[in-house]
Amino acid sequence: MSDLLIGIAISLLKTLGLLFAVILPMVSYTVYAERRVSAFIQDRVGPNRVGPYGLIQPIADAVKLLLKEDFTPAHVNKFYYWLAPACAMAPSIMALAVVPFGSTWFGQPMVVANVDVGVLWVFAVSSLGVYGIVLAGWSSNSKYPFLGGIRSSSQMISYELSLGLSVIPIFLICGTLNLPAIVKYQIENGWFISPIWLKGISLTGIDFPELFSSFSIWKFLLWIPLFLSFIVFMVSMFAETNRLPFDLPEAETELVGGYHTEYSSMKFALFFLGEYAAMIAGSAVIVTLFFGAWHIPFLPTAPEQLSFWPGVLLGLVHIIAFFLKVALLLFFFIWVRWTLPRFRFDQLMRLGWYFFFEIALVNILLVAIILAIMPK
Amino acid sequence: MAYTVPRPKLTLAEKAYVPALIAGLGITIRHFFGILSGKKKVTMQYPDEKWDTHLPPHYRGAPTLVADDYGRERCVACQLCEFICPPRAITIKPGEIPEKDRWRKVEKYPEEFEIDMIRCIYCGLCEEVCPEQAIFLRKDYAITGLTRAEMVHDKKRLYELGGVMTGLVNKWNEKK
Repeated sequence: MSDLLIGIAISLLKTLGLLFAVILPMVSYTVYAERRVSAFIQDRVGPNRVGPYGLIQPIADAVKLLLKEDFTPAHVNKFYYWLAPACAMAPSIMALAVVPFGSTWFGQPMVVANVDVGVLWVFAVSSLGVYGIVLAGWSSNSKYPFLGGIRSSSQMISYELSLGLSVIPIFLICGTLNLPAIVKYQIENGWFISPIWLKGISLTGIDFPELFSSFSIWKFLLWIPLFLSFIVFMVSMFAETNRLPFDLPEAETELVGGYHTEYSSMKFALFFLGEYAAMIAGSAVIVTLFFGAWHIPFLPTAPEQLSFWPGVLLGLVHIIAFFLKVALLLFFFIWVRWTLPRFRFDQLMRLGWYFFFEIALVNILLVAIILAIMPK
Repeated sequence: MAYTVPRPKLTLAEKAYVPALIAGLGITIRHFFGILSGKKKVTMQYPDEKWDTHLPPHYRGAPTLVADDYGRERCVACQLCEFICPPRAITIKPGEIPEKDRWRKVEKYPEEFEIDMIRCIYCGLCEEVCPEQAIFLRKDYAITGLTRAEMVHDKKRLYELGGVMTGLVNKWNEKK
C-alpha cells in the first residue's frame, strides 16, 4: 500500500515538476524567442525593454493577458466556446507524458509514464488537439473562425496520415513502440537521424577491431529511408502544429485571426500557448525519435551505476541535454516560420496526399525489404 | 488581342523547391547572426539615443525668442511674424517702453508673446521675416504636453528655449 502511495507521489512530483518547472516556462520563453528571433531575422530589435534583454517580457505578457477583459460575444455557443481553449492546450501537454526527458535522476527514470504504447499515445493525444480548434471555430458562430476550423480539421487529418506512417520504419527497426526502449536502441546503434554510429569509439581511444566489426553497408542503406522518414515526419509535424508554412487555420491575412478571432484575454492565451506547447511536444517527440533523446555521445548513459552525487549530476546533464535539443529544434521551427511564405490550400493538400503519403508508404516498404534481406 | 503571359520554363531544381528553400533559410540566418553580432545596423533606439547630435545646423525645430548681448529681449513687437505665420500660431500683445527707460528708442516690446505649438508647422517663416533676428527655430523637436494650455509657449518659455544669441545685427544699440 505504501509502495503504491510512494509511486503516486513520485509520479505526481515528476508530472508537476515537468509541467511547472520546465514546460510552462519553456512555452512562455518560446514566445519570447519567437519574437526576438523574428525581430533579428527582420533586422529589428524585438522586445528588449522589460528586464535585461527583455527577459521578463513573458511575465509582462502573462500579466497583460490575465488582466484583459474576458469577453464572451453574445452570439457564441457558450458551452463549447468555453470548452475549446482547454481542448487546445491540454492535449499537447498530455503528449509529453510518455516522452523520456532524461535518463534517471535520484534513481527515478525520467519519464512520467513508461508505457508500451508510447508513440501511439503521442499520436492519439496530439490529434485530439484538432478538437479544440474545430470547437473554437464552430462555437464562435462567425465566418472567419469557422473557415479556420474547417481548414484545420482537413489539414490535420491529411498530415496525421503521413505523420504516423513516416515513423513506422523506426518501429520496424526497433521492434517496439515504447519510447525509452527506442532511446535505448539509439544509444546502442546511433541516433536515427544517422544510424551509422560506429561502435568502439570512446573518449579514451578507438577500439579498431570493434569499429570494423560494427561497420556494415546495411547501416548506410538504412540511413536513406530513415532520413526520408525524418524529413516527412518533421514537415508533417510543422503541419500538425499549424506552424508556418502550414498555418492556414490562422492565416492572419485571409482569416483575420483564424479560429481564435472571437477570443480574448486568457482564453486567447490558451490557444496561443497551446500552439507553442504543441510545438514543444512535437519537438520533444522528434528529439526522442531521431536525435537520441537525452543521449550525449561519449558520456556514460547510466547515472544509477555511478556513486550518488556524480549520478545526480549526470542525470541533470541528461535532462538539460534533452531540453537543449528541444530548444534547438524550436529555434529551427521559428527560423522556418520567418523564412517561408504560407502555402495555398490546394498546394498543402497536394503535398500531403500526393507526396508525403506516398513517400511514407514507399519508405515503409523500403525499410521492410532492407530488414528482410539484411543479415542478422 | 489576347496576350499570352509567357510562363518561365522551370528547371528541375526550381521545381523541386528545395534549393530555393535552403537558400531562403540561408538568407534569414545571415540576417539573424548579423543582428546578433551587431554587424548589421538597426534603427536608432529613439528614446535612449536622440537625434540631437545628428541634427544638421539648419534644422528647423521649435521657434524660440532670443536675448541679445545685453541680456535684453530683441523682439520689438513689430508683429511681422504674427502676420506671416501661416497657421496663425503666434499671438503678440505689444506694449510701449516707458519714457525714462534706457531703451526708450526701441519704443515697443511684446507684453505677451505666445506661440501655440499645436498649431506651429515649423515652416520657419517667422525666423525669415523677423527684422530684429529675434526669433529663431532651435533644435528642440520633441515638444510635448499633457494639456492644450501646456502646449502654448508663453514668453518665459520661449526665452528659456531660445537662450542668448550674440554677434548679430544690433540695430538698436547706442552706436550702430
